[in-house]
Amino acid sequence: MIDVFPPGLILVLGAFLVPFLKGALRNTWVLVLPIFVLWLVWRVPDGPVLTIALLEYTLTPVKGDSLSRLFAIIFSIMAFGGALFAMRQSRVVEITAAFIYAGSAIGVAFSGDLISLFLFWELMALGSTAVLLSANNTKSTPAAMRYLIMHILGGSLLLFGIVAQISATGSIDFIAMKPNSLATWMILLGFLINAGAPPLSAWLPDAYPEASPGGMVFLSAFTTKAAVYVLIRGFPGAEVLVYIGLFMVFYGIIYALLENDMRRILAYSIINQVGFMVTGIGIGTEMALNGAAAHAFTHIIYKALLLMSAGSVLHMTGKRKCSDLGGLFQSMPITTVCGIIGALSISSFPLTSGFISKSLISQAAADESIMIIWFLLTAASAGVFLHAGIKFPWFVFFQKDSGLRPPDPPLNMRLAMIFFAALCIGLGMFPGPLYALLPFPVSYVPYTTAHVIKMLQLLLFSGLAFFICLPLMKRTLTISLDVDFFYRRLFPRAVKKAIQVFGPLDRAIRQGVLGKLGSIINGVFQYTGPKGALARTLTAGNMVFWAITMLVVYLVMYLI
Amino acid sequence: MNEKKKTKAPAVKKPVNPAKAAKKPPAKVKGKPAPKPKRKARPKVSPKNTQPEHWQRRPKTIRKLWIGGSLMLAALVAVEPWISSYGHFGFDALFAFNAWFGFLVCVAMVFVAKGLGLFLKRRDTYFD
Repeated sequence: MIDVFPPGLILVLGAFLVPFLKGALRNTWVLVLPIFVLWLVWRVPDGPVLTIALLEYTLTPVKGDSLSRLFAIIFSIMAFGGALFAMRQSRVVEITAAFIYAGSAIGVAFSGDLISLFLFWELMALGSTAVLLSANNTKSTPAAMRYLIMHILGGSLLLFGIVAQISATGSIDFIAMKPNSLATWMILLGFLINAGAPPLSAWLPDAYPEASPGGMVFLSAFTTKAAVYVLIRGFPGAEVLVYIGLFMVFYGIIYALLENDMRRILAYSIINQVGFMVTGIGIGTEMALNGAAAHAFTHIIYKALLLMSAGSVLHMTGKRKCSDLGGLFQSMPITTVCGIIGALSISSFPLTSGFISKSLISQAAADESIMIIWFLLTAASAGVFLHAGIKFPWFVFFQKDSGLRPPDPPLNMRLAMIFFAALCIGLGMFPGPLYALLPFPVSYVPYTTAHVIKMLQLLLFSGLAFFICLPLMKRTLTISLDVDFFYRRLFPRAVKKAIQVFGPLDRAIRQGVLGKLGSIINGVFQYTGPKGALARTLTAGNMVFWAITMLVVYLVMYLI
Repeated sequence: MNEKKKTKAPAVKKPVNPAKAAKKPPAKVKGKPAPKPKRKARPKVSPKNTQPEHWQRRPKTIRKLWIGGSLMLAALVAVEPWISSYGHFGFDALFAFNAWFGFLVCVAMVFVAKGLGLFLKRRDTYFD
C-alpha cells in the first residue's frame, strides 16, 4: 500500500503532524520523516506506479524513471538537511510549510501527467510562500506577496498552456515537447518563470533573502530545481534555452558583483547556476542533459551549504551586509571552513562536487563543436569563482576586521553544514555513485591531469584578478535596479502621479456634470414636485371657469 | 551659604592617560644624556578591540600568502608544456590559455559591472 502512495504526499501529510508534536519528539519526527521519504523514493520502480481515473483521463501521480528518482532523491536529502539546520531555530509553521514545499517538489518530480504536475506545482508555490511569510517581518511579508503574484502569473500561463495542449493533442501525458505552438510556449514560459529566467528574474533576489536563515536554505533548493527538472523532461534540446541560459549565467555574475547583501549575492548566484543547467538543456545531447541533471543535484547541496553558512552568520550577528561584516573567521572557524567548501564547490574546484557536474555541460558544448557556447561557459566558470567563490567568503569572513566575534552557531546548524560539506567533498572525490543515478550512461572521466591543471589555471588566475581589482569592488550601501523597478517603483508612482493629475480633473468634471444634472432635476422638480405648478390641486370654480372659457372660445371660432 | 563657598573642594587628581604617559619622553637628567627610547614592540592587538591579533591577519602572514600564491600560479603555468594540450577549437590550445583567459575575462567582468553600476546602483533604502 505504502509503495503506491506518492512519496511527496507522505512528506506533505507528515508536515501537518509537526505542529502537534513537542520537544525531542518533534525534532526526531522532522529528521526521520525525510529519511523515510528518501527510502520510499529509492524504491519507486520504473514506469507508472499509481494511476487514478478522472473523468475521461487517467492521472499518473507517480511514474518512476532515473530522472524522476534523481531529483526526488536530492529533494528528500535537502528536506533532511534543511530540517536539521532549522529545527531548533525556525518557527514550527516554517518547518511545516517547508515540508509541504519539499513534498510537492517530490510530487512534481514523479508526476507522469500534466494535471498532476500542475497540482503539485501550485502546491509548491503555496508552500514556498508560506515559508517566506513565516519570517514575519516588515520586509518579508510584502516580498512574499510579490513572490506569490509572480508565481500565480507563472501558474496561470502554465494552466493556459496545459489546457490548450490537452485540447490540441487529447493527451495529458507529460512528455518531451517542442516550443512550436501557443500551448507549448505557454507551458515553457510557466516553467521558465519558476527557473528565474529573464525578464522576470527579479522575483528571486527580491524574495529569497527576506526569508529566515533556515527558510532561505529550503527556498534555494526546490522551486528553481523543479523548474530545471520539468525543462529537462519537457523541452530537451529547445535551442531558445541556450540563449536564455547564457543570459542567466552572465546576469547572475554581474548583479552578484554589484551586490552588498551576502544573501542577495547568493540569490543572484542561484540564477547564474540555473543558467548553466538551462544552457545544458538547450544543447540537449545525452551528455548535456546528464550535465544539467548532475549540476542540479550538486547545486542543491553546495548552494544550501553556502546559505547555511550565510544563515549562520545572520543568525549569530543579525547582519547581512558585506559592508558590516568581515574578520569572522577568527571566531566562526567551522562556518568559515564550510562556507569555503561551498564556495569552492560552486566554482567547480577539483575534488569538489561542482567540478564533476559542471564539466559535463562544458564537455557537451565542446563535443558538439559549439565554440561560442564553450567560450562563454568557460568565461562564466571564471566569473563564478569571482562573484561567489571568492567574493562571498572574502567579504563575509575575511577582508577588514569588523570587530564582531560571534561564536559558531548551535550544534544542529553546525552538523547540517558539516553534513553538506562532506557531501560536497565526497561527491567531488567519488563521482561514480552520482553518475550511476543520471538518466543516461556516463563515460566521461573528469579527473585527467590536463583537465585539473586547466581548471586550476582558470580559477586561480580569476582569483588573482579578484585581488588585483579589489579596490574597484569596494562595498557600498546600494542595491541594483532590476525589472522589479517597474512593478515596485515605476508603476506605483505612475498610478500615484496619475491620481494626482487626473484626480482634480475628474473631480471637476464630476462636480460640473452633477451640478448640471442637479439643476435640471431641480427645474423639473419645481414644476412637478409636490409644490410645483403642475401638481397644484385645482378648485371646482377654476375648472368651471376654464371650461366656460374654452366653450366661449369654441363658440367664437364657430361663428367666425 | 558663605561656609559652603569657603569649603574647598577636595583635590581630584586628573586621570593620567596611559597612552600619553607612555609617549612622554623621560625627563632629562643634568650631565647625563637622555637614554634612548626603547623601540616599541608592535602591539599584537587589533585596533578595534583588545583581543590578540589573529596570526592570519599579520602582515608577515599576508606577505607569505602572496608569495605562496604567486609561486603556485607560476607553477601552474610552468607545467603547461608537460600536460597533453587538448584544445577543442584550436584557439584554446594556445599556451596557458585558461590562465590568461580567466584573468582577462574576470577583469573585464569587474569593469563591466562597475560601468553598469553607474546606471543601476541605488541606495539600499530605495524601495523602502
